Amino acid sequence: MTVIEVLSGVLLAAGAFFVVTGAVGLVRFPDFYTRIHAVGVTDSAGAGLILLGLLLRTTEWEVGLRLLIILLFMVITSPTAAHTLAQAARRDGVPVWRAGDTRR
Amino acid sequence: MTAFVLVNISLFAILGATALAITRMRALYEATMLTALFSLVTGSLFVLLDAVDVAFTEAAVGVGISTVLLLGVLSLTRSREAVTPRRRRLPAALVVLFAGGALGYAAQDLPPFGSATTPVRDHPVTETYLVQSQQDMGIPNTVTSVLASYRGLDTLGELVVVFTAGVTVLLLLGPLTRRNHPVKKDLVLADYRVLRVVSGVLMPFILLFALYVLFHGDYGAGGGFQAGVIFASGFVLYGLVFGLDRVQQVLPQAVLWVLIPLGLLLFMGLGVATVLLGGSFLDYDTLRPDDTAAGQRLGILLVETAIGLTVATVMTSVFFSFTGRGASR
Repeated sequence: MTVIEVLSGVLLAAGAFFVVTGAVGLVRFPDFYTRIHAVGVTDSAGAGLILLGLLLRTTEWEVGLRLLIILLFMVITSPTAAHTLAQAARRDGVPVWRAGDTRR
Repeated sequence: MTAFVLVNISLFAILGATALAITRMRALYEATMLTALFSLVTGSLFVLLDAVDVAFTEAAVGVGISTVLLLGVLSLTRSREAVTPRRRRLPAALVVLFAGGALGYAAQDLPPFGSATTPVRDHPVTETYLVQSQQDMGIPNTVTSVLASYRGLDTLGELVVVFTAGVTVLLLLGPLTRRNHPVKKDLVLADYRVLRVVSGVLMPFILLFALYVLFHGDYGAGGGFQAGVIFASGFVLYGLVFGLDRVQQVLPQAVLWVLIPLGLLLFMGLGVATVLLGGSFLDYDTLRPDDTAAGQRLGILLVETAIGLTVATVMTSVFFSFTGRGASR
């Protein structure tokens, strides 16, 4: 077991952890905006860390390049989607949850 | 092996849960998003079965373009499902139970999963395609060889289906129908600055990826159908964000109407050309009699281009028809 393999394992485990926290957040958070935040964590931190972990395990540069391109697309698109969703919800007048409110 | 089975079972569980959730749902926007999830899970299952070409099509068509088209339809009609009276549900339930029971009964005749003695493995034609195609065409992806050359006529039939669907939608919603209302300016997503900049940046990459999928279909997953859908989704994204007027400046409707039949005509014309060159219909050997493998590759490339052309233009103009209709109400 080399250092790179350990590092990649840590990255993959961290990525999986963020995916699970995103899923838990989606179920547990009280309103639309906080749930978008949870989903954003799944897409950016979760998928990003998993892709980085896979990147350390590649032996061919072609596969690595593809993973990098996928990573780039995830980095660009998922925050855009979260941002647009949140802004559309604001424009639509979805109220923001405050401490003490009930779940929506 | 156990991990593989576990992944399969979980994906099937998600698939079943999604299907159940769709049937329980009254709000059709949510149901549409769940059908996209259904397609995504189906695509993942296809990947597990090593059918990457099918998975690619499922991801591009099921998740991408058909979701957008369904949302376009929903913006034209009511977005809540009408409630069916309870006594009228009984015949439907009987039909569903009967069809499901028949399928379950028939599934008992299927060979077990991963069995080494299925007809697909044992039949001599499998060996022929896998071995012979390397001598006939020298293309690594046998799926492309079968789709575009050995079974070229079937693919022509599929393209005719796509063409007919496109023409039908255009007849119902397109230029031949009368418009009474002046076109109103609807809310344009380009008001969101981040979305505008990001989709502008992504647009060339989407089109480049479509070209890659089209011309790389000989070596990896992909081909004309997938590339056409990716092309269309590029233009659909542009139309969604910047509005119908802007995208029609880039891609005028008249150009689309010329391009829709052009792909089909290219495909059929290639068949006629091979007949005139002395072969049978879609026999690409006649294109280069001195080097038949190169002739086959040329024919496959032309056919894939023709498929991509028609699929892309049909999908784009169906989207244009729906959104143009929405803007004119």
